[in-house]
Amino acid sequence: MRRTRNRHKRLDGFQRLFLLLVICLTALLGAILCTIHGPTPGLADAVAQFQEQSGVESPVTAVLLNFRGYDTLLEVMVLLLAVIGAWSLTEAPFPDQITEISPVQMGAVRLLAPVMCLVAAYLVWQGSHLAGGAFQGGAILGAAGVLLLVSELPWLRSTPVFSLRIGLVLGPLVFVGTALFCLFFTGDLLGYPEGTAGWLILLIETACALSIGLTLASLFAGGRPEDEVVLEHKPVDQSFNGERS
Amino acid sequence: MIFLHADTPAWMLFPIVLPLIAGLLCFLFSRRTFVIALAAVLANFLVVCLLIYQLLVFGSMRCHMGGWQPPLGISLRTDGPALLMLLMTAVTGLAITLYARGYFSYRIFDPPRAGRHQRQQRFFWPLWMLLLAGLNGLFLSNDIFNIYVTLELIGISAASLAALSGKPASQLASFRYLLISLLGSLTYLLGIVFLYRSCGVLDLDLLQNLSNNGPGVRAALALMSVGLLLKTALFPLHFWLPPAHANALAPVSAILSALVVKGSFYLLFRFWFEIFPSTITTPALNFMGTLGAAAILWGAIQAMRQHRLKLMVAYSTVSQLGYLFIAFPLARVDGSAQLWSIVIFMALAHSCAKSAMFMVAGTVFLHLGHDRIKDLSGVRATLPITVFAYGIAGVSLMGLPPSGAFIAKWMLLSSSLASSQWWWALVVMSGSLLAMIYVFRVMSRFFVIPEGVSFIRPAPFSPLLEWPALALALISLFLGLVAPWPLHILSQGSTALAQSFPGGLP
Amino acid sequence: MITTLLYSLTGLILFAMGLFTLIVHSHPLRKILAVNVMSTGVFLILVATAYTPLGQGEIDPVPHAMVLTGIVVSVSITALALILACRVQETSNLDLLEKSKQSKARKESGA
Repeated sequence: MRRTRNRHKRLDGFQRLFLLLVICLTALLGAILCTIHGPTPGLADAVAQFQEQSGVESPVTAVLLNFRGYDTLLEVMVLLLAVIGAWSLTEAPFPDQITEISPVQMGAVRLLAPVMCLVAAYLVWQGSHLAGGAFQGGAILGAAGVLLLVSELPWLRSTPVFSLRIGLVLGPLVFVGTALFCLFFTGDLLGYPEGTAGWLILLIETACALSIGLTLASLFAGGRPEDEVVLEHKPVDQSFNGERS
Repeated sequence: MIFLHADTPAWMLFPIVLPLIAGLLCFLFSRRTFVIALAAVLANFLVVCLLIYQLLVFGSMRCHMGGWQPPLGISLRTDGPALLMLLMTAVTGLAITLYARGYFSYRIFDPPRAGRHQRQQRFFWPLWMLLLAGLNGLFLSNDIFNIYVTLELIGISAASLAALSGKPASQLASFRYLLISLLGSLTYLLGIVFLYRSCGVLDLDLLQNLSNNGPGVRAALALMSVGLLLKTALFPLHFWLPPAHANALAPVSAILSALVVKGSFYLLFRFWFEIFPSTITTPALNFMGTLGAAAILWGAIQAMRQHRLKLMVAYSTVSQLGYLFIAFPLARVDGSAQLWSIVIFMALAHSCAKSAMFMVAGTVFLHLGHDRIKDLSGVRATLPITVFAYGIAGVSLMGLPPSGAFIAKWMLLSSSLASSQWWWALVVMSGSLLAMIYVFRVMSRFFVIPEGVSFIRPAPFSPLLEWPALALALISLFLGLVAPWPLHILSQGSTALAQSFPGGLP
Repeated sequence: MITTLLYSLTGLILFAMGLFTLIVHSHPLRKILAVNVMSTGVFLILVATAYTPLGQGEIDPVPHAMVLTGIVVSVSITALALILACRVQETSNLDLLEKSKQSKARKESGA
């Protein structure tokens, strides 16, 4: 640790000036933070007042998927966008040869992956009344996906790319579809018809959890599958990757 | 079961939802993506026209998401400025979509490297559709945190689009762009935190009515402004813009330069003059004006010094963005109504002209294989329509009479002279002069005929590569002739405007 | 009240530290980490905003939802930035390799 620190150059004039500026700004912002008095009313009372109509018991889930569901809709799009961006950049760097995995790792994956799927499902279900929901469940699913990717299971490579795309798009599509369904029945985007809010939220959360899990795993894989870009004309040189510029 | 009538506010959801669905479908299906995108862009254009009709007949509207009223839920709203920005996005977006079709099919038809162009086309459409959804969402949103999410949607898709060309330079520029846009949105988010602590609401209407003037709101506004200025690339913070815009593919450069920077500027302007007008002080306005003046001069000088056409056009964006900010210090005398019309005109004209310029640069690049300014001679003979489009877009950038930029500059000049702040007028005029120099520097090369070269070779170009640029350039040129019409839209539905112009607009 | 302030100020300091590192250091990985530290700082202040002293009503769930949104956005941007940084590294290395190969070939042909 010390060695790396010694290797650092000393801060030059500009950097010192910048450091001073940052410190001053932080002090100013801190002072302003201290002067903002007391706990502001916030929106806690408003949320508590309409909690019963929201169809779920957990206030955070109610805000995420009912009161401010539109934010969450766009946020799911942001996640998908990250995958599209990553796929547009590069192919997934899978090693050329399939390496042997140690039996210990294989055994651990066999045990852990199903349990993780179960936990994810439980978290999604739990989201209606306690902390939990699509993102937490999706994160666990994503971790399971990462585990499978790290173990380099042979069937992962031969997964057809179209089904992967369907999995990635499923959550956002179900979300938008439900929003439009609500628009045509109640006149409001994401204005759930009475009595159906709980079930529709669960539907959205399940679909989103699946997609978020796949999204996170695809982001970990670090690029698109090999057959994502279809060549309409046959390339002249088959060995050429087409990616170098 | 409800049906959509002409006066239903739910129409304003479609400019967001349609491109969103189109983006998902473009990602899901790898074929016929252009048809999906074109359908979405056309439908978007029609809906925006309907929204403008709605505004003229029924006035400004609110649409509450999920039926929850503002302090709790998110609302969208339509008013004059927002709809003009939407119209700008729809028109420019339509032209860019057509141009991109021509661009990609030309390149795939003539592949120097297999796979690369297919990859670019494969991912351009979903990214562009999601970017369009984000932009429309940004212009319509009336909730300060929702704006943060749309900013992120725009930031990620713009950075991915900028990296699409696959060249190392563009990827490096895109990496920097991504970090800068993230820094900007984090600063904006910190501003939201300060605001939520002081006011406890997120809806813009409620914030406007609170007119809280405490230190918390001041700090919040300062933080949000810095974040948005980073994304808008005002003068000292512009360093990321030229490499990112110049190294991208031509349709992408057009999108980034014409639309993306306008989004964050629109927000900044709205926050300063509509939501928190009581927080603004004169020194702050003068500071912004000074930065704008510096941007005009510095950007123009840099544009004159460039050796590559695309870099020149990118620096010209830095310069033109300065005009938007130079309007700030004139707010004290004119109130926000005149100011809105100046910046909206400037933004509309610049958006059309600049996207036309980048399309021209892209077509010239496809034709010659390079865009070095000194070797551009003789292009006029092979690409007459493209060169014509360049000339007309150049007229608009310089701000010569019939163009929309002329109206904006005229209003700038007259209000700066009326308020005896003649130095701003000086900067505006010298900016136009410098613009003339850098536009003509390229124009003259187009018309030079190198000796001993016979170029009878007819350009085998698809009309999609040339006509969209010309159409946009003509729109920006004739914007000045239809000026009363946008001004009429602008005067609708905004309370501040109605008060300051009781008798209608000139 | 003191608790809220303590968390908020810590968040602010984290934000400032991240900002400093982001500007001063040039390595892409450091920059990405710095941005992450910055966003953590902002989220910490947001979470502290939701806090209400015991017995005075509910905890405000809106900042919680905002933090969750922010985390998801930050995850996606971090992933994209990492892949982009790797890509830049690869292509620039490839470029260097090609350039050195070309110069070698030129030297050989010249000799």
